[in-house]
Amino acid sequence: MRAAASPRCWGSVVPEPLLSTDRLVKRFGGLLATDNVSIDVRPGEIHALIGPNGAGKTTLIGQLTGNLAPDSGTIRFAGRDVTRLPTHARVRLGLGRSFQITSVLREFSAIDNVALAVQAHDGHSFRFLRDVRRDRKLREAAQRGLDAVGLGARAAAEASALSHGEQRQLEIAMALAGEPRLLLLDEPMAGMGVEESQRLVAFLQALKSRCGMLLIEHDMDAVFALADRITVLVYGRIIASGTPDEIRAHPEVRQAYLGEETA
Amino acid sequence: MSEPLLSPRVLVTALLLAVLAALPLLTQAFDQRYLLSVGTRIVIWSIAAVSLNIILGYGGLVSFGHAAFFGIGGYAVGILSAEGIQNGWVQWPVALAASILWAALVGALSLRTRGVYFIMITLAFAQLVYYLASGLEAYGGDDGLNISRSRFPGLLDLRDKATFYWLCFALLCASLWFCGRLAHSRFGAVLRGARSNELRMQALGFPVFRYRLVACIVAGALGGLAGILLANEGAYVSPAMMSWVKSGDLIVIVVLGGIGVRFGPLYGAVAFFALEELLKPALDLMHKGWGEYWQIVFGPLLVLIALYARGGIASLLGFRRA
Repeated sequence: MRAAASPRCWGSVVPEPLLSTDRLVKRFGGLLATDNVSIDVRPGEIHALIGPNGAGKTTLIGQLTGNLAPDSGTIRFAGRDVTRLPTHARVRLGLGRSFQITSVLREFSAIDNVALAVQAHDGHSFRFLRDVRRDRKLREAAQRGLDAVGLGARAAAEASALSHGEQRQLEIAMALAGEPRLLLLDEPMAGMGVEESQRLVAFLQALKSRCGMLLIEHDMDAVFALADRITVLVYGRIIASGTPDEIRAHPEVRQAYLGEETA
Repeated sequence: MSEPLLSPRVLVTALLLAVLAALPLLTQAFDQRYLLSVGTRIVIWSIAAVSLNIILGYGGLVSFGHAAFFGIGGYAVGILSAEGIQNGWVQWPVALAASILWAALVGALSLRTRGVYFIMITLAFAQLVYYLASGLEAYGGDDGLNISRSRFPGLLDLRDKATFYWLCFALLCASLWFCGRLAHSRFGAVLRGARSNELRMQALGFPVFRYRLVACIVAGALGGLAGILLANEGAYVSPAMMSWVKSGDLIVIVVLGGIGVRFGPLYGAVAFFALEELLKPALDLMHKGWGEYWQIVFGPLLVLIALYARGGIASLLGFRRA
């Protein structure tokens, strides 16, 4: 299903972007939350989106996932215009996400959470009689997913009983269960300890070969360690975009954003 | 996952089902015919509550118009009967189809809303059917309609009270079985996941709306079945069977029994009718005429359940919500 979705052009020097927006605009009343944003993510690339609080990062993610409708502009994913597609249809095309505020199914066990994520990509769920808890296909894939993020031993624990860091890991396991081609990561390091963050950085680094990522993150160490490209958003507008070195040297960025960090 | 065979909840549930299964024999042995008709109503209301439990319990959606299915199932049988079509093989499928259509219509519109708006819109749709039935002068209007019971020639005689009871009981067992399976099926997992976190389920790739709509339709069919049975129980249909009070009673039964627990609706219905039957004479005994106001005692009981036993009777027995 997924293979038929788009022609990929790995052969060219710069591969066709997996995800791209063209002059995206979103207003909330008088506030221009997304101001003509054109951004793209290529396969196998980590593109970081940074900016101060209120810069419109989450609003932009909302439009990419389909939770918010842009006022104008287009979003293309995997070779298709997905601007008007509902969330679930974009996910089916391979657009996974993790949430800024941990968003797991709190009453479900860790493995049930991931099993549901696996189930979402295993055809329709209009099956009324067979017990999912004995569905080996789902359980085994879910256990592998938990193992991959280092939560294997906590499979039976209820999600609400997991530590904050563990819930973040679970969140990523769920996002990865559908084998997305592109992952939207909304502050995956938020609230994590130093050690947990470092482990996640290494994990995402290893993941890069399998899927592209759009990373929103406040942890600048993580951003500069991971990103191939960085785009800086201020007041809904892109003020700079380039390699980590270019961004580090960019005067406007230093003043608007990094300056605050280092001051 | 395997359960000790003699845990209290297994014992209580098994005992309850055994008593219900043998009820016609028991009422005959003790010469309490009236209790059989109470038992029949309990069983039919249990089926309706099982149906509501799919939406309310597993789906987490408070439908305040569920009695409409009593009415639609009942009136479909009643109107066909009044038009001279007595055959159950015609009546029942038509009634089920009407209930399914209604569920699809109401679901498609009301599932676009959330919270209080969902409650209000489901109530509004139920009131619509209520007043529609009141206005059906040709079929009795406000006074309702006496009907003759569905005929299944050569198979069942529904005029026989024990036969009819056992049919209702068998259908209840089938719905309980089905709901238990449904809760832990792939479909049930999606429904319960959306109850827990709808946004997350969409982000996982589930078209939540579609699954909820199908849940409404399944529940509607089961609710319509309860309506068919209710019409046959009294050989009578009237708008009163779908008043908003009945929708409220159904919610009370599900909450009292235990939201989202397979046997919750059964406990709830048994407790609800048992309390009604016990409180009325008890209050009358204290002072003649007080029995009518049994809900003055029942109300505070519900408040206590809501405050101290969130999972209803089922949680007191040690059941966990699915």
